[in-house]
This record gives sequence, structure tokens and C-alpha cells, in this order.
Amino acid sequence: MNKPDTINKISNNTSNFDVDKVRADFPVLQQQLRGKPLVYLDNAATAQKPESVIDTLATYYRKTNANIHRGVHSLSEKATAEYESARTKVQAFINADSTQEIVFVRGATEAINLVAQSFGRTTLTTGDEIIITELEHHSNIVPWQILSEQTGAILKYIPINDAGELILEKFAGLLNENTRIVAVGHISNALGTINPLKTIIDKAHAVGAKVVIDGAQAVPHTKVDVKALNCDFYAFSGHKLFGPTGIGVLYGKQALLEAMPPYQGGGDMIQRVTMANSIYNDLPYKFEAGTPHIAGVIGLGAAIDYVNHLGLVAAAQYEIELLNYANAQASQVPGLTLVGTAKNKTSILSFTLDKIHPHDIGTILDGEGIAIRAGHHCAMPVMERFNIPATARASFAFYNTCDEVDALIAAIKKCQRIFN
Amino acid sequence: MFDIKDLYQEVIVDHNRSPRNFGKLDDADTTLEGYNPLCGDKLTLYLKTSDGKINDIAFDGSGCAISVASASLMTDAMKGKSLHEAEALFSAFHNLVATDDDYDAAHLGKLTALAGVKDYPARVKCASLCWHTLHAALKGQNTPVKTE
Repeated sequence: MNKPDTINKISNNTSNFDVDKVRADFPVLQQQLRGKPLVYLDNAATAQKPESVIDTLATYYRKTNANIHRGVHSLSEKATAEYESARTKVQAFINADSTQEIVFVRGATEAINLVAQSFGRTTLTTGDEIIITELEHHSNIVPWQILSEQTGAILKYIPINDAGELILEKFAGLLNENTRIVAVGHISNALGTINPLKTIIDKAHAVGAKVVIDGAQAVPHTKVDVKALNCDFYAFSGHKLFGPTGIGVLYGKQALLEAMPPYQGGGDMIQRVTMANSIYNDLPYKFEAGTPHIAGVIGLGAAIDYVNHLGLVAAAQYEIELLNYANAQASQVPGLTLVGTAKNKTSILSFTLDKIHPHDIGTILDGEGIAIRAGHHCAMPVMERFNIPATARASFAFYNTCDEVDALIAAIKKCQRIFN
Repeated sequence: MFDIKDLYQEVIVDHNRSPRNFGKLDDADTTLEGYNPLCGDKLTLYLKTSDGKINDIAFDGSGCAISVASASLMTDAMKGKSLHEAEALFSAFHNLVATDDDYDAAHLGKLTALAGVKDYPARVKCASLCWHTLHAALKGQNTPVKTE
């Protein structure tokens, strides 16, 4: 990272990334709140949707809406084709081998629960070990706690250092021949730390453990290649990737998914049902019981099209420049303490400010039209590690600007004027 | 015209900076915890009551400015009140922050500084946590109070 005083504002339309043009794609950004232009810095909670995704959803309901995989009528065939085409887009987006490895779920949370309950519950037993990290979102903690209670498996945590980075030496000490599952976030939602996945995955595989990656925060900010990572499972949500809420993806290696029992029973996940038993459907349908979120899947496909068209690499580079600028500005505010200063991080500025409670910061910033998140970010162990009840968190997307960072800093100073 | 200072009035900033009646009452006859799981605000309320009257009241804990100021103002207002008066003030405060009804400014006194909370639905619970805790304590509840 550059020294703070050498960081200049990025122009809004550099040759690489025309942020003004990008912003025009997002209708929600074109509004005022409390008389001020909306500055949306809560992207780690959920990202805004481009016009193309909104249009895709509306067009689907206006012109296509039908149930998939069973109808013989034209609309059903069209809906099925669009639904399956989105699966192909997801497969290419994360470089999976096959569309059979792409399971649509409600979100990253459901994906992780699916792995815990289907894979974990049938393969783990008393004395087996699961390793997760102190950095995790609750969605990558609680499913493993439940599994541990159900199976008698032991749950261990990789600790983090003062910068919010995993202490890999400790990870090596936790691994042993009883380790069955290692579940780790790709990027921390609370601090923005990018974890060294390749190292973790290789070490876990060396003892025969399977690796589950919570990629909810990663897919909007970095190119994910599940084959290069060689992870066994990868979970993410559509809504953080500029797609609809209520839709997400579980990637799993085909051999693992094939060996796993269904997570839920119902329609679409069977080939044949008799009163005595059922024959389950092939992958990935075995894991997609009931009518899925068809519009959501098609909308997610549109979001992937949008991101591909934009170019995730250029967008990610722009976000890093934006974060560097924000870091530099924030570090010049007396009384502001950054929480999470990993060398390898992205898009998240988590901080505390004097003795001002983050909820008060959140409310005062809201008064300036600035949306941030204040709280424990569903990562209470992280807050405990830093001995704080909460942080204020600004999280960036590629449509944010240096001017918005300036507005954030000005509003932070207003908090100080009110309280100090 | 929107002004954030309608919420963070001088009285609130002052009571947050220097909360009154802050600390443990060693000889309390009633102690009750209140917790807001959503934002992590925590407080413990200490009461000394006799002959149907609050003789002393104090609190400790941590939370946002709204929750700390509310507890500070509440404990100030409650000292020496009869249980009947305390109940009436609880109702008046609820009326102030959680309804659109007119409120009795004279009855509420300094507590009216919290009127601005009404415009911030997410923050009403911050202001009312200590009140619900007191209400429960006076009713003899001995399990921690939670607001969500």
C-alpha cells in the first residue's frame, strides 16, 4: 500500500474504469435521502442491483413465468431454458467442471447448512474434528456447532492476529488425522481480510480433510476459480453479487455431491416415488427440492452477465485504489481506529471512533445520507477478539467514488463535533 | 427541516458523557439485567425500594449514547418516586418514544429530550431498554430483560 500522503483521489473516469458510467447503471443510487445524495457504503451486507438485473426480473414475470422441468408448454420450456442457462453462467463464472456441480440454494447460509447436514452428518462421528476460524461470519460457525452437537465431532478455531489475519502456524497445529472438515471464509465480512485459501486447502487436503469455502464476500470482489483453488465446496449468495436476494449457489465436487444424501425431500429431486421409497434424481436436482427461486436464478445469471461485461479484474483494481484512498483519509482522523489491517484485504473499512458507539455513528451518518453498517456484523467472535462490542463498517463496491469517501470522512468528523 | 441534533440534543450528549447514577449499588434489594441482542446494549439496574417507594436507583453497563442517556435520565427521574408514580412515568415515556400521541411534557421533564428517538425506529429500543428493565424489576421479574 502507498503511504497515506501519496494517495491521490482517483478520477471518476480514468481510462480503466469509468465509475460515472457504472453508477448510471444502478437506479437506486440516483436518489437523495434526508435531502442528501445517497452514499451507499453497506455493500458487504447487500449490493445494489443494476438496471439489467431489475429488467430481467420484471421481464421474466411479465413474459415467461412458468414452473420449470415439468411443463410441456412453451412458457415452461422457456423458463427451464433460462434457468439452466443461468446455471451454465455460474459454472463458467467460478470455473467449475460441470453444471452438475452447481446447486441453487437460498444463499451462502443455506449452502453451508446443506454441506454440514448432508455431507457432515453422514461422514462425521465422535472424535472427528472440524476446523473453522475466529474470523467467520455466524453462517460459517453455527452450522458447524450444530453438526458438532449432532455427531460428537470437536470444533476448533484458527485464531487471528491483531491485524485480523489468520495465524497459519496455529492452523498447522490444529490439523491432524482426525480433521474431517475445514471451513473458512474467502474474505472476512467484518474486516475485509483476504484469507490465503490455497495454503489452507493444500494443508487440509494433506491430512485428508474436505474444505468448505464461504465465498459470500469474495465473489463480488475477486475472480473465483474453484478448480485452481481445488476446494471441495464453495458457497456464495446472489444478492452480494448485484443479483436478487433469496438465491445462492453451492459448488461441490461432483464425486462428493454424488455420494451425499439429499438435504431436503420433495418435488423435482426425485426420479420415481412409490409409497415404499423414492429414487433420487441426478445432480444437481437431487439437492433442489421443490419449486426453486426461478426468477432469482435467472436474475443471478443477469448479474453475472453484468459483472463479466464490466470486467471483475478492472473493477477489483478500482476498489483497491478506493480502499487505499479511504484508508489514507481515515488514518488522518484523530480518534479513528481501524479494526482489521491485514496486508491482504479488500473493500472494507471497519473502525471505531473515540468512545462514540457505532450505532450512534450509524445514525448520524444516516442523517448525512450515508448508509453504513454498525454492529457486530454477525461475527461476534471477531468483536470479542478485539474486545469491542461493535464497529462501524463502510464497505465499498465498484460504483463508489472518492467523493463518497470524502463525504464519509466529513460525516465522521461531524460525529466527533457532536460528541466531543 | 431534518437536523440530527433533534436526536442528539445537548442533554443527551451530556448524560452520555457523564451518566448520572452510574455504578453498582452495593446494598440494592433488586438487581436486574437488560440486554438488547440486536445491538449489544447491556445494562444492570440496581434498586433500593421500601414502603412502595424507590429510595435509590443506579445502573451500569455499556451501550450507545441513546441507551446510556436514557438510563441516566430515567434513574434521575425515578429517585424518590412511589411505585405508582414510576408506573405512570413508564407509560408516559412509552407514549413519548413509541406512539404518535401527544405527551405530557411537564410530567416528563428532561425526558422529553428523548422525543427525537421516535423518528428512528431502529433506535427506539435503545431508549426503552432501561425502562423495560425497570418495569420488569418492579414487577418482581428476576430473569434478564431482552428487547429485540
